[in-house]
Amino acid sequence: MSTTVAPDRTTTTQPQTLSQGVRGYLERVRGGEMGALPAVLGLIVLCTVFTILRPAFLTPINIANLFTQGAQITVIAMGLVFVLLLGEIDLSAGFASGVCAAVLAVTLTVHGLPWYVAVAAALATGMVIGLLLGTLVAKVGIPSFVVTLAAFLAFQGVVLLLVRGGTNISIRDEVILAIANRNLPPAVGWLLFAVGVLGYAAVQLLRVRRRRMHGLPADPLSLVAVRVGTVAVVAGLAVYVLNLERSRNALIVSLKGVPIVVPLIVLLLILWTFVLRRTAFGRHIYAVGGNAEAARRAGINVDRIKIACFVICSTMAAVGGIVAASRGASVDPNTGGSNVLLYAVGAAVIGGTSLFGGKGRVLDAVLGGAVIAVIDNGMGLMGYSAGIKFVVTGAVLLLAAGVDAISRKRAAASGLR
Amino acid sequence: MSETTSTDLGVTPAGRGAPGSGPSDDARPILELRGVNKSFGPVHVLHDVSFAAYAGEVTALVGDNGAGKSTLVKCIGGIHPIDSGEYLFEGKPVNVHSPRDAAALGIEIVYQDLALCDNLDIVQNMFLGRERKNGIVLDEDTMEQMAAKTLQGLSVRTVKSLRQPVSSLSGGQRQTVAIAKAVLWNSKVVILDEPTAALGVAQTAQVLELVRRLADQGLAVVLISHNMNDVFAVSDRIAALYLGRMAAQVKASDVTHAQVVELITAGRSGDLGLTNGNGGAEGKEAP
Repeated sequence: MSTTVAPDRTTTTQPQTLSQGVRGYLERVRGGEMGALPAVLGLIVLCTVFTILRPAFLTPINIANLFTQGAQITVIAMGLVFVLLLGEIDLSAGFASGVCAAVLAVTLTVHGLPWYVAVAAALATGMVIGLLLGTLVAKVGIPSFVVTLAAFLAFQGVVLLLVRGGTNISIRDEVILAIANRNLPPAVGWLLFAVGVLGYAAVQLLRVRRRRMHGLPADPLSLVAVRVGTVAVVAGLAVYVLNLERSRNALIVSLKGVPIVVPLIVLLLILWTFVLRRTAFGRHIYAVGGNAEAARRAGINVDRIKIACFVICSTMAAVGGIVAASRGASVDPNTGGSNVLLYAVGAAVIGGTSLFGGKGRVLDAVLGGAVIAVIDNGMGLMGYSAGIKFVVTGAVLLLAAGVDAISRKRAAASGLR
Repeated sequence: MSETTSTDLGVTPAGRGAPGSGPSDDARPILELRGVNKSFGPVHVLHDVSFAAYAGEVTALVGDNGAGKSTLVKCIGGIHPIDSGEYLFEGKPVNVHSPRDAAALGIEIVYQDLALCDNLDIVQNMFLGRERKNGIVLDEDTMEQMAAKTLQGLSVRTVKSLRQPVSSLSGGQRQTVAIAKAVLWNSKVVILDEPTAALGVAQTAQVLELVRRLADQGLAVVLISHNMNDVFAVSDRIAALYLGRMAAQVKASDVTHAQVVELITAGRSGDLGLTNGNGGAEGKEAP
């Protein structure tokens, strides 16, 4: 292909300066590629409103509560992102987490096995559930909506059977309870913060250096600095607030530090982001969600990708179930029931994951989970009834799906998608 | 890219002098199908189709709508397994059961609907299914460099950034990406399904020039087209399908425009073509 015509430069228009980067971002947003913007704006607005109406919202104890309240939903939503990326849905994720929590509780209490066996059993249950659902969807070809709706009903029954007709199994294992109820020592919190921010900065800078070395366009350093700075400020604020004393009577019992569930979520976020962004498997998930036929012709085993995504989703649901069991210190037939699933789907969609497949990030689940947790928590503080909470959350979910649909239309019009 | 294809050029002509089954000269086809049948349920789409493609030549595959062009191409590409018949590559019988098998042989297909993922960028699409990796991590830099080099080789000027999603490209740009994707892989056979159907005049000329260049570099190019001007502009051989049967495979210099049209519409033209209108057992080759 070296004949004729002098080679042209094909790679330009990477932002060379910060202002170009900002302009490029604004252009993308106007073109309908909103990304996480609605979730971040929504979070800021909600937090401001609740703080003004109820100053108790911004107390350290409530903020720590927010994290643990949102944890189960966020973890399940992270798994759901994988299924949503394919353009499928998993309605059973909520009760799958209930089943796994029940398996955990039964293994711990009835069989008296150690916590790591129980956790392994719960995770294995999640994988088996995912394998079953994924196989039914990919190999048999039943629409995922129907498969998981059936599973939603069935798992509700399985939880009842596992906990013997609706009794409440309480959990006393220290390690399991620690996940959602204990905190890291403040020093460890800061240490993790430092490691995390420095690690992020290093990854970003190395990437820029490598690309420059290879003669490829790279982000300007100022843009990298802004990114790292934002992460540092947000994470630093969170660690600082969570390290404040939040016990009502610090002399009797001291209550401070980052809840253990927070680094757990960050770890899962990094793991799954890495899988989606940096591995061929993740690339293939996007490809199947974007154009399954093209993926098939490229030699990608579409069925295997689908099954793997359902396995990841149900396994993450199992992790969510463990977190829920830890937070409630018990498992009952309603664990993972009622609003958990819809909150989780809502979290992923509010964060910017498309219900049409092919677009979404694991970070979306975390941001959306934060929005849901803030609504739930704030409305509770305002003293509204559960009824009003449901109505508002439903409206927010509808709004998010609407934003998704409209931004797709805009993007189609501006030729971005 | 250019170095590797030219080494291919050095290898393939070695087989050229060998006596072969070519219709009118001694060249041995790099890709050959013999007596291929394919049915979808009760619908018998391909009847005893024989087809050959030669290195360094453009073979045009023509036929009316529903003649079985796309099915034949999908059989070659491993999307549809063939029901019966022989599939030879470089003279050896091979089994092609999946697109990966075809790709491993060096057969690349650019489909009419392009088979690009809109939500992925140009580099991601070009390497889809065959990503370069460092351990388990994707080697984005190498992929981007290789993609840039290939696109430069195809003298693509209109693409703003290799990292823009394919959804933001025009029809011609998409076609270029799809062709670039096919030639990125040291391929020996490139099959183009209606590459100019959606293009403007200038872009069509560019794509045809590219098609000719691929063949001159030693690749076997199969060009599916409805446009007789395109066919006669670039092809060395013409294979005409008629209702699922190979009506004739002839040298482009031996036939006229009108004869090809007759082959497409009636399956025969003079002594060329099928022995009777609705098809004998086998397509008759040119004398």
